[in-house]
Amino acid sequence: MIITRRTFVKAAAGSAAALVLPETAPGAPPAPLMRAVPSSGEMLPAVGLGTWITFNVGDDPVLRDECADVIAAFFEAGGRMIDSSPMYGSSQSVIGYGLEKLGRPEALFSAEKVWTSAADGPAEIEQSRRFWGVPRFDLVQVHNLVGWETHLETLFAMKADGRIRYVGITTSEGRRHDLFEQIMRAHPLDFVQLTYNVVDREAEERLLPLAAERGMAVIVNRPFRQGALTQQLEGETLPDWAAEIGAGSWAQFILKFILSQPSVTVAIPATTRVDHVRENVTAATGPLPDAAMRDRMAAYVRDL
Amino acid sequence: MSEWWTYRLEDFLLFSPRVYWRMFELHNAAFWPLQLLTLAAGLAMMLLVARRPRDHGLWIALVLAALFAFVGWSFLWNRYAAINWAIAYVAPAFGLQALLLAIGGAAHGRLTFDRRDMAGRLGLLIMAVGLVVYPLVPPLFARPWASAEVFGIAPDPTAIAALGVLLTASGGLIPLLFPIPLLWLLLSGLTLHTMGDPQAWLPLLAAGTTIAALALRRIAR
Repeated sequence: MIITRRTFVKAAAGSAAALVLPETAPGAPPAPLMRAVPSSGEMLPAVGLGTWITFNVGDDPVLRDECADVIAAFFEAGGRMIDSSPMYGSSQSVIGYGLEKLGRPEALFSAEKVWTSAADGPAEIEQSRRFWGVPRFDLVQVHNLVGWETHLETLFAMKADGRIRYVGITTSEGRRHDLFEQIMRAHPLDFVQLTYNVVDREAEERLLPLAAERGMAVIVNRPFRQGALTQQLEGETLPDWAAEIGAGSWAQFILKFILSQPSVTVAIPATTRVDHVRENVTAATGPLPDAAMRDRMAAYVRDL
Repeated sequence: MSEWWTYRLEDFLLFSPRVYWRMFELHNAAFWPLQLLTLAAGLAMMLLVARRPRDHGLWIALVLAALFAFVGWSFLWNRYAAINWAIAYVAPAFGLQALLLAIGGAAHGRLTFDRRDMAGRLGLLIMAVGLVVYPLVPPLFARPWASAEVFGIAPDPTAIAALGVLLTASGGLIPLLFPIPLLWLLLSGLTLHTMGDPQAWLPLLAAGTTIAALALRRIAR
């Protein structure tokens, strides 16, 4: 077979597509959208699982089992990244309970945070690791930039020793973007986590372009404004044209808006419901809006 | 905390209303039928305030001290702190309240529950709310009976009944015995308010009435 320029380009494009959209068996649900971590090329499903509030259920055995069911449904749907923080009450131990119950799924991509006075960072990360029951975390992020200078030093040293795989920082609800940007420019971060959705779009101005420029993966937190956005939209009719991008619910509408940003790697909606976790992961399949559709979506929500 | 002005009360709420109220259901189930004993202790406390037999001050103070210590340890420290890390810093305050009550009661003649002025009478009403009304409210807020907050088991009715009984008291340590239950009710009311729970007004109203009663007493002097 003679390989022409055209056939080479076609084959290369096909290989690239295979990386992004894995093949699925006929009749099987479509595989979720995958995005690459720029610093390593590792592919991750574009919808993860947040645990803020939803997994903080204490010692309640019924609710711990419900959380384990959510984790099980998340992995069944093809999800990988679970994100938590020592600030989230009992969420870490509830994740650990769910993972134990599921036989420690290999697909897990564990994303944690350090959130304490600078000197206590290593002890807190170790405590978090025990709660999860994992040999090491894939990613540890500095939560809301608390003690970031010392923590980043610790995290980069841990990464160099192979005790974690990736380093990141987080912010939420648009706080401290100036400092966030400075740190992104000065340090070789693997991940940044920030708030972004159809109404909170400040990150589009500087942080998302900078993440793309600096080769940093982006985790989007509070995609539904902690449920307030989906609640607000609950009584509103989904526009007919939402079907053009395969959005069958407001949650999918919002997630598809977020994921259509090429610099977004993973969005991490939180939920207590198995049907919602499936719906969320499904949002990362099928078509995504283009620039014109994105503008239409944002305008529609703004005008409601 | 930087940019503190950008934070709302909602940003500090770490759990859902469902988790919060199920916590009381689990706690009640874990200690049943101790609720009967703590309620009986509360009613006995009311009787002691009404009859004022010899050493009534000592017994009331010791009962309240034991219940504050128990609620602080069993509910705040062992249960609530699991979903709200800030409560780990609050639970010792209940221990301190128990200590203050024990010291106040054990010191002979330091606490007597003999005041029947307007504030004292309001105190009896507040005490009745904590003891009798509080466990009866769940159906009003569409919650199961199992989530009832009972005096001596849950912190809100314990703090409310304590404030009520303290309004009838006189003695050297009295001013030190009000702040912890009042601050607790403020914290609890704000938590419920942030959760969007209509029951929020109950602890806030109890605290407000106590403060108003104390102010009335001061004005009347």
